[in-house]
Amino acid sequence: MAASQQTEVESVRFGVVVFPGSNCDADSYDAVRTFAGADASYLWHKDNDLGELDCVILPGGFSYGDYLRCGAIARFSPIMNSVRRFADDGGLVIGICNGFQILLEAGMLPGAMHQNEGLKFVCKLVNLRVENNETPFTTGYEPGQIIKVPIAHHEGNYFIDEAGLAEIEANGQVIVRYSDETGETTKAANPNGSLGNIAGVCNRERNVFGLMPHPERVCDEIVGGTDGRGVFESIISAVTAKAATR
Amino acid sequence: MMKAKVYITPKAGILDPQGLTIERSLPALGFEGVSNVRVGKYIELELPDGDAGEAVDQMCHKLLANPIIEDFEFELVSE
Repeated sequence: MAASQQTEVESVRFGVVVFPGSNCDADSYDAVRTFAGADASYLWHKDNDLGELDCVILPGGFSYGDYLRCGAIARFSPIMNSVRRFADDGGLVIGICNGFQILLEAGMLPGAMHQNEGLKFVCKLVNLRVENNETPFTTGYEPGQIIKVPIAHHEGNYFIDEAGLAEIEANGQVIVRYSDETGETTKAANPNGSLGNIAGVCNRERNVFGLMPHPERVCDEIVGGTDGRGVFESIISAVTAKAATR
Repeated sequence: MMKAKVYITPKAGILDPQGLTIERSLPALGFEGVSNVRVGKYIELELPDGDAGEAVDQMCHKLLANPIIEDFEFELVSE
């Protein structure tokens, strides 16, 4: 990488929100700083100020103990008002696992999450088919590319009503689906019963993305894969491309 | 003070894995013919008189239930 490019990447600023119960905050921080080479900082859930940021990460974990429903309490954290404003202004927001659940509860993404069909906590590597690579989060992948990313959740069974499903399908808001190794979205490849094998969706404007799988956990060969890096590299590309047009 | 008893259930048509598991287990204990088992939540809370009904309705919409997948009903009891 040329020196100027390196500096450009370092100037991309990620903020990782830490809720009481977040446990993938450090993984997200490392994925951004160590493997993607960008800047990252932690944001405390009680703060209001995001500072100058290019992307907010809502990490995995069990915010507020997942009491009542996953993400139901976290959406009322003071920082979420700022995150919502940031998103409304076009800022990039990605919610991973519990972060996805929080975005659903906050109404920043369509749909809702309920318990896995099998009633079990599922922790394993799954295949994902990239459905839409024309988002700031997925340009690093080919359309239809199969990536291996781990999941670890008890409530990842995505639901949306019929009209909502038709809308997100038509708008290309379904970003990743659970599939087998050949890309077939079979029932056997669906780990939690999600409607339409949906693993991740974005909003209509494409700047808010939530997914149950953990790309931040597969950014280093030492943990068995690097398929998750594409997500963070895509975000960096989107931010630097936008900066270049200013 | 009023006591509110809030009942939250999965909407009709929403798969309820817990209910289904219970339904499938009951015949093993000899309870045949049980159907439509649904598992929900029961929340009890106390609040001042006045617009208690309106307040609880708002609480349900905003926090206690997720209207996308859950229905709710509640009753108010004078303490």
